[in-house]
Amino acid sequence: MASTQKELQRVVDRKYEHGFVTDIESDTLPPGLDENVIRAISARKDEPEYLLEWRLKAYRHWLTMTEPHWAHSNYPPIDYSAISYFSAPKSPDDAPKSLDEVDPKLLETYEKLGIPLHERARLAGVAVDAVFDSVSVATTFKKKLSEAGVIFCPFSEAARDYPELVQQYLGSVVPYTDNFYAALNSAVFTDGSFVFIPKGTRCPMELSTYFRINAANTGQFERTLIIAEEGSEVSYLEGCTAPMRDENQLHAAVVELVALDNARIKYSTVQNWYPGDAEGRGGIYNFVTKRGDCRGNNSRISWTQVETGSAITWKYPSCILRGDNSVGEFYSVAVTNNLQQADTGTKMIHIGRNTRSTIVSKGISAGRGQNAYRGLVKILPGAEGARNYTQCDSLLMGDACGAHTFPYVEVGNPSAIVEHEATTSRIGEDQLYYCRQRGLSEEDAVNMIVNGFCKDVFKELPMEFAVEAQNLLGVTLEGAVG
Amino acid sequence: MSNKILEIKGLKAEVDGKAILKGLDLAVEAGEVHAIMGPNGSGKSTLTHVLAGREGYVVSGGKVLYKGADLLELETEERAREGVFLAFQYPVEIPGVNNVYLLKAALNAQRKHRGEAELDAIEFLSLVRDKMKLMQMDESFLNRAVNEGFSGGEKKRNEILQMSVLQPTLALLDETDSGLDIDALKIVANGINSLRREDRAIVLVTHYQRLLDYIEPDFVHVLSNGRIVKSGDKSLANELEARGYDWLAEEAVSA
Repeated sequence: MASTQKELQRVVDRKYEHGFVTDIESDTLPPGLDENVIRAISARKDEPEYLLEWRLKAYRHWLTMTEPHWAHSNYPPIDYSAISYFSAPKSPDDAPKSLDEVDPKLLETYEKLGIPLHERARLAGVAVDAVFDSVSVATTFKKKLSEAGVIFCPFSEAARDYPELVQQYLGSVVPYTDNFYAALNSAVFTDGSFVFIPKGTRCPMELSTYFRINAANTGQFERTLIIAEEGSEVSYLEGCTAPMRDENQLHAAVVELVALDNARIKYSTVQNWYPGDAEGRGGIYNFVTKRGDCRGNNSRISWTQVETGSAITWKYPSCILRGDNSVGEFYSVAVTNNLQQADTGTKMIHIGRNTRSTIVSKGISAGRGQNAYRGLVKILPGAEGARNYTQCDSLLMGDACGAHTFPYVEVGNPSAIVEHEATTSRIGEDQLYYCRQRGLSEEDAVNMIVNGFCKDVFKELPMEFAVEAQNLLGVTLEGAVG
Repeated sequence: MSNKILEIKGLKAEVDGKAILKGLDLAVEAGEVHAIMGPNGSGKSTLTHVLAGREGYVVSGGKVLYKGADLLELETEERAREGVFLAFQYPVEIPGVNNVYLLKAALNAQRKHRGEAELDAIEFLSLVRDKMKLMQMDESFLNRAVNEGFSGGEKKRNEILQMSVLQPTLALLDETDSGLDIDALKIVANGINSLRREDRAIVLVTHYQRLLDYIEPDFVHVLSNGRIVKSGDKSLANELEARGYDWLAEEAVSA
């Protein structure tokens, strides 16, 4: 039964990804950004007028903004006029015909991650039609969702088919004025997911999608909007453990979550974009704005993230705890190896009464990696009885890496209770020795110790993701000790 | 064909450039229990770590044969898989890693090395439950993190539990009696006694004679200033208890 469920999910992933492809049939736009480019994107996506207007307003606002540089990271200036803002995916004719044509190194990594055979082909970009052919299964899945009244579709489809919902909620959590990258995303986003769970509905299955960056030198601007109506519940998985190679690319996604009264949203991410090589060449710049709005009373939003990829990560999945008794959670594992830099954390904004938030952050630094936790806990004056618990642990491997913690706490209500615990430790030579004396290889020992360190976060991940995530850490940290 | 498990000849070792072992000789045969005693700083723990292959313990002379082959050229984990087990004086805590998970991974790494099938979770659990009864440990031990929050006695019992599951050929027990109250000492000693076998050698490193009231050694050696300065049978331990170590050091200097 469980495996059928998984199969279903995989087929839908494929179909969904396929959806991107069929939506985007035109060629790559030349590099550069102006209003004409935005009009062209909108036209090619066959968008309604309201969305074009919104994009243009965002673009004009973006022009007045400057790139933020407060994050704990260093990188050369980004030339926004050198980026192509729209590209067609690679033609299937260029794709490898079978796994025999795929880089053996990549296949070796898939093997270590324990990714099922048929998925490897898809991830490696093998022309998918041959991989799996069960349209009827996908139809069953879609039928099941629509019977439940759940909408799960590409964003551009939602913009056409559900204009009232999109207009009501788009930008209501992350307005285009929010920050530099959010404004840029609002102007040029190419696609993403739209999810709507109607009142009182528990989404009958985990929703997942594998995002992909299709062509070199093309910024990737995803836009995801999830709305959970009163008393509904949904779990959404984003990302993929398998590494995907690409040259320096700007990835500036926006994710907005809205939870109404008594609704629950669980959003899990595994991010493993290409981190660059050992010398820091190449790699994705991952500048993401993710925010959830606990708009209703007793609502709950949980973010779980495992961030192992990208050259630079700038990401703060946050919760606005507006409804009384609402709950926000953030569970994070962030790994930096070689020259990777991560500045990640969360914001918990307590507005409603008796709102509660939990933050568990596990940072692992290896090689010359730099890992910063940056978190804001803000208790507004009206948030009577608000509570926050923050636990922030760093693990260092080797002596050339760095771990940094930047906690910001603003308490405006005397009844609030805010707790912050932080530890920094080095992976112990004595722990490794102990494990090796019992017969484990050094690699297995590191893996075991690091996974133990991350346990509190991994247990929040959906089952099938948790195992892959554990393997992923091992692969990411290969050669980090010794 | 000799039955030697361990043969150490003229072993010299240093830590941080400081010579600790200065020409140590020792031979241990299958079925024997040897106790190595000596004052603090004499090199007892260093000996166990050199044999187990701890990084930073540099061998500067001599040789060590284990079952007739060079032990020192093997990596730490290879020695373990070949049946060398060290019960640590200070077992390390590994937060978030289940005790049972480490033990299963260890056993299966060793079985794999020997070309045996790995045990699945159910087979492993039934094995480990039997062993736990012997050490009077309750089920909750399995799911606690490795040594985390264990009392001193629990840590030592856990070491012997690991030994009983891994069934080593050569067991090195480093101050296994330290920090134990009398009841825990009895449990640990019972566990060790039950693991005495014809085809196994046990080397006990201890500062005090106390443990030897419960585990009767075949041989007792006194380690002083990096060398074995005196060997004898169990009566030597009693003599040490009565006279201390100083007379031996003097004897060694005048010799």
